[in-house]
Amino acid sequence: MIDATAFRPTIVYTIYIASTPEKVWEALTSAEFSKKYFSSFGVEAELKVGGQFRVRAPDGSDHITGEVVECDPPRRLTVTWDVNWPGLVEKLGSTLVTYDIEQAGDCVRLTMTQANDRPIDDDILSGGRTGWPAILSNLKSLLETGSTMSIKMEPPLRMLEALKKLGIKIPS
Amino acid sequence: MSKPDFVYVTYIETTAEKLWQALTSSDFTVLYWFGYSVDTDWKVGSPYKFFKEGVNSVEGKVIESDPPRRLAYTWDPCSPDLKNERPSRVTFEIVPQGKVIKLVVTHDDFEEGSKSLMMISQGWPVVLSNLKSLLEVGHALVQLPPGGDVRRVDA
Repeated sequence: MIDATAFRPTIVYTIYIASTPEKVWEALTSAEFSKKYFSSFGVEAELKVGGQFRVRAPDGSDHITGEVVECDPPRRLTVTWDVNWPGLVEKLGSTLVTYDIEQAGDCVRLTMTQANDRPIDDDILSGGRTGWPAILSNLKSLLETGSTMSIKMEPPLRMLEALKKLGIKIPS
Repeated sequence: MSKPDFVYVTYIETTAEKLWQALTSSDFTVLYWFGYSVDTDWKVGSPYKFFKEGVNSVEGKVIESDPPRRLAYTWDPCSPDLKNERPSRVTFEIVPQGKVIKLVVTHDDFEEGSKSLMMISQGWPVVLSNLKSLLEVGHALVQLPPGGDVRRVDA
């Protein structure tokens, strides 16, 4: 198990959703839901501390793998969120992702906090800064309207170039 | 060290024209923006103010106005505890991506140690989540959390 105290927030995104904490929790942790709002990527989480976490690409391969670090349904989930690009974790260390789900009035405040154990270049963080708003905006649309938006998601060029400079291979 | 600033991105299923209208017309702002009306002609250099029940909440000048793509104004909160800070700046970029609009709100040019930065970091997610709901669902979130009911997250 990683030492979460060594990690500092690098990206924080808060969004309010007309839903219940239970539904938001389910949307964040189930493959059936996540495929709808997360570009057909399936979240699979063994919901206990030490349990396996993965995000499967549409072709079935592991895009992200990790471990459940904190699990307090339906309030808080922390996982290690390691993108399986060769060399990435070796160069950048593990990434921690925490979802805080709170009742706020009649709606839910969802806060995603990405944390890293070392300084990460802004060019590399541009990936998460682009990706999280798209994923979580779509999650909100799904829970409020029953349907999702078609958002074109591409890794930012500046991120790809920064990763390449570090010798990290990006699968085509 | 870079200047402190705040960037919020959201994606909304709407058109650039509707989003522009929602950002600039009181008919919309009262519905999603803590009940505030806005008064201005949105011409570059013109003053503007957000107000409710005769009390101004924030005022400033229009810096850029390029409907329906880009809007920027200075941000000078009217509450006594923030009044002595110099005005900051907020910029809205409306970027169509297929049938979806990417809205980028950048709030920057704060003075060092700004209290206003802390306030707006809590406020924008509420306002912009509510705006998205209004445009997609047809009504804002049922019961808004009050502006102060948002915990600070240091990034």
